Formats: sequence, C-alpha cells, structure tokens
Amino acid sequence: MAKYLLLKHYRHSGPKPVPGTEAMMDQWTPEEITAHIEYMNRFAEKLVESGEFVSEGALSPEGTFVRYDGEGRPPVTDGPFAETKDLIAGFMIIDVESQERAYEAAAELSAAPGQGGRPIYEWLEVRPFFAELQATAE
Amino acid sequence: MHTGQVNDLLRTLAPQVLGILVRRGADFAGAEDAVQEALIEAVQHWSDSLPDDPKAWLLRVAGRKLIDAQRSEAARRRREQRVHDEPPPGPTEQSDDTLLLLSRCCHPALSPASAVALTLRAVGGLTTAQIARAFLVPEATMAQRISRAKRTIAGERFDTPGDVRAVLRVLYLIFNEGFTGEISLADEAIRLTRQLVAAEAAEPVRMDPEIAGLLALMLLHHARRDARYTASGELVPLDQQDRSRWDTAMIAEGVAVLQDALARDRLGEYQAQAAIAALHDDAPTADETDWPQILEWYDELARLTSSPVVALNRAVAVGQVDGPRAGLAALGDVDPGLARWDAVAAHLYERADDVGRAIQHYTAAADRATSAAERTHLIKQAARLRAQA
Repeated sequence: MAKYLLLKHYRHSGPKPVPGTEAMMDQWTPEEITAHIEYMNRFAEKLVESGEFVSEGALSPEGTFVRYDGEGRPPVTDGPFAETKDLIAGFMIIDVESQERAYEAAAELSAAPGQGGRPIYEWLEVRPFFAELQATAE
Repeated sequence: MHTGQVNDLLRTLAPQVLGILVRRGADFAGAEDAVQEALIEAVQHWSDSLPDDPKAWLLRVAGRKLIDAQRSEAARRRREQRVHDEPPPGPTEQSDDTLLLLSRCCHPALSPASAVALTLRAVGGLTTAQIARAFLVPEATMAQRISRAKRTIAGERFDTPGDVRAVLRVLYLIFNEGFTGEISLADEAIRLTRQLVAAEAAEPVRMDPEIAGLLALMLLHHARRDARYTASGELVPLDQQDRSRWDTAMIAEGVAVLQDALARDRLGEYQAQAAIAALHDDAPTADETDWPQILEWYDELARLTSSPVVALNRAVAVGQVDGPRAGLAALGDVDPGLARWDAVAAHLYERADDVGRAIQHYTAAADRATSAAERTHLIKQAARLRAQA
C-alpha cells in the first residue's frame, strides 16, 4: 500500500481547465452546490468502506506567509497575496494498492457534479508520500 | 503479571483459540470477532491475576461471545449447538492450525493489503487499533479493510491448508514494512514465520524449504537493524555500518536455519536472498566481503526470477568483482525505469572516478527516491562529491 495526497486547488499553474467548467461555485445554484457537497461526502465514505481513506481537510483561501526573523524577535508575516498562482483549497490522503488506483480515485473526485449537474472535470494534483525504506532493501 | 507479558501470552493464544473454534465448525469471520472480544476482556481481567488455564479461559469466553453473537443473529440460530457438540481438541492440532489460519488469511483472492491486515489480526493477535496505528491509517479504515477481507474469504473451506507460497509472500510484505512505530512489524513477521516453521516441522513430507529460507532471510537482515540508521534517523549504507552493532546471535541463528534449508536441496528465491544476506553478515569488514560468491548467488537468483531488481543488484555485485566499468556494462542491460537505477549508476561512476557523472546520477536518484531516508542519503552523496570536486 502507498499513501497519496490528492490536492484540490482554487487556482493552480498546472493544466488549463476543461472548456465550459470555468464557472466558480458562487455562480452555481444552491441545489447544485448541495449535490456537489453530497457527492464529496459520499466519496469519502466510500473510501472508508474500501479501507483506503486516511484523512481529508478543507482550507480557507486566506493565508499568511510567516518566517523566522532572528533570535528573540517575533515572527515576520506577509500577505495575504490575492494573486498567488497556486492556491490550495483542500486535500485528501488515501492509502491504496497502486498508482493506478490513486489515479482512479482522483478521477472519481474530479467527476463531482457542478453546474447543471455536469462533472466539474477538475484537475486534481496527485502526489505520492515517501514510504518507509524496505527492511530488505540493502 | 506485567502488561507486556499478558499481551505476549494473549497473542500466542489467540490464533490457537481461533483455530479450535474454526475447526469445531464456527465460521471464520464470526469466530475471529469473538476471539477479538475475548482478548479485550482478558486484558481487563488478567492484569491482576492470571487464570489457572489461560487458554481454556480464552476459549470459554470466546466461545460464549460467539454464541452471544449467533443468538442475536436469527439466521445463524442453529450453529451454536454444532459448536458445543464438537469434541475438545487433541494435543497436536495447534501446529496444524497455524498453517490453516495463515493460508486462509493469505488467500490469493485477497489484495496484499487485506491479507496483511487480516493476518496481523487473526494470527498475530493484534487489535484493529494497533494495526491501524502501525500503518498510519484511521481505525475505521483498518476495520473496513479487515471486514472486507473476511467477506472475501467467507465460504472458503477451512479444512485443508492452501498455498504456502502465498503465505510467504504476505509474511515477506509484513517484514518489509519495517521496524518503526509502537509495533515492530518486522518482529511480528519473524514471530509468525517462526510459528510457520514450527508447524511445518511437524509434517516434514510437505515441508517447503522456502519457509525456513524466508525466516533466515528475515533474521539475517534484522540482525543489522541497529546499525542501519544514525541516532537522527539517517541511513547508514552497508559498507559503512558499525559491524559491532550487528546482532551476532541472530546472525548465527539465521545461518543455521539457512544451512538446514539449503541441505534439503530445493533452492528458491528466499534461500538465495538469505545466502546473499549471510555473506554480507559474515564479513568482518566491508572490504572482506566475499563478492565473487555473492555474484554467484545473484546469477542463481536471476535463473530463479526475472525480477528487474535482482538484475539491478547483480550489477552492483559485478562492479565489485570485475570493476566499476563492468558493473556499468551490466547496468546497461537493466531497465532504467527502476527507482534505484540512478543510485546504482552513481555509485558505479563514483568508483570509476567519473565524479561529474556520479554527481549527476546521485542528484537524479535523490529526485526518484521513494523514502525520505534514501533521499537525504543521496543528496548528501551528491553534496560530498561536489565538495571534493
């Protein structure tokens, strides 16, 4: 088994959105939003049932950059930056048998219904976690 | 009694009790749940004082849990009588049950992850929560993995052992999960493999020397575990390990187990891999490693399996025996798609004094590493060569 992070972005510098899917959620109808949320909840439940769910979370779009500024000094903060190219909306961590299965799960997440009940065709970023080094690998 | 001792005792008894219930006709999934509940009850009661016959206590409580569950399930109402009417088990059945249970938990219809989880719970006597923590997943997820596995093998007959090679593959997977965390899965795999060796020893006709081969392989690798990482968790490669920290008693045991297996003259992959590990363990210093013999074993392994990983490791051995250029030539025939290909190339180029290419390959290898420890190690190799250049 291997763990993968499925990243949802508000915005990203990856591939261009599929034409016709650009409308943000605030332009959907309330029913469309509910259908979307229900799909996402059901997706997570299915992953628990299949023994593949690890964790999920949603992130506020407003964030701040923070760094160390020397001994005894308070942290330095910067932002928020309205125009950053990459903005993460949320994540899901899954523990699956293969990379193919991770992609399959990501594609299912990407098929969540959006405007008009059509799949949103959203690009998900799939990143493998580092594993433990195998005991016999030497 | 000490909690640790109680846990050890329970984990030894759990599969025995499960085996008895299953052979008396209880269905596997229900019996397995009943044993888990009995274990939880035992932990509460046994810390003060141990019952006179712990196994009988556990069997009685598990039997009662099973009946309770069956009573509440109308469709299964009739089964309790069958469980009750069976005669008590004979004295020799414990060893038989180990293989019986293991071969069902490692049934080929199960995915590797399901087989691993079910084996650890049903035969390893671990709780779902412990297994979940060992694999860093939520308990609910692990519980589902286990119950799905049980559904998959529901209806399988439990009276004859299945494929022992499938069991060995699962034990090998558990061992490879490593030594970190509250439960050492490597220790757990060794414990289960020892039980299997003992079970098979009762039936020498069926005895597959690969079982002992796998135990030897585990022991010969596990003996080096303390020398494998620095205190801060960085990887120490084999040729730089402090060999005084290797577990010599474990090496001696591994070598003895391996010799017994090899004497039966039915070579297999695990025995060949164990032989290679034994040759590494046997060298007082890295320079004294018997690489020509290791290369012979890799040639043997290459005949047994078409695994590209074997071909990759063989290239390292060729490099040690015939020089780095010969190693690079051997590497040329290996699929460069393998994650560790660049790491091997880097090592060989470094030994061939081609520092530029070595740095290039160490950097590429770091980007392809599949564990954080490897990545750090490879980045440091590239940094070390840059500092020298």
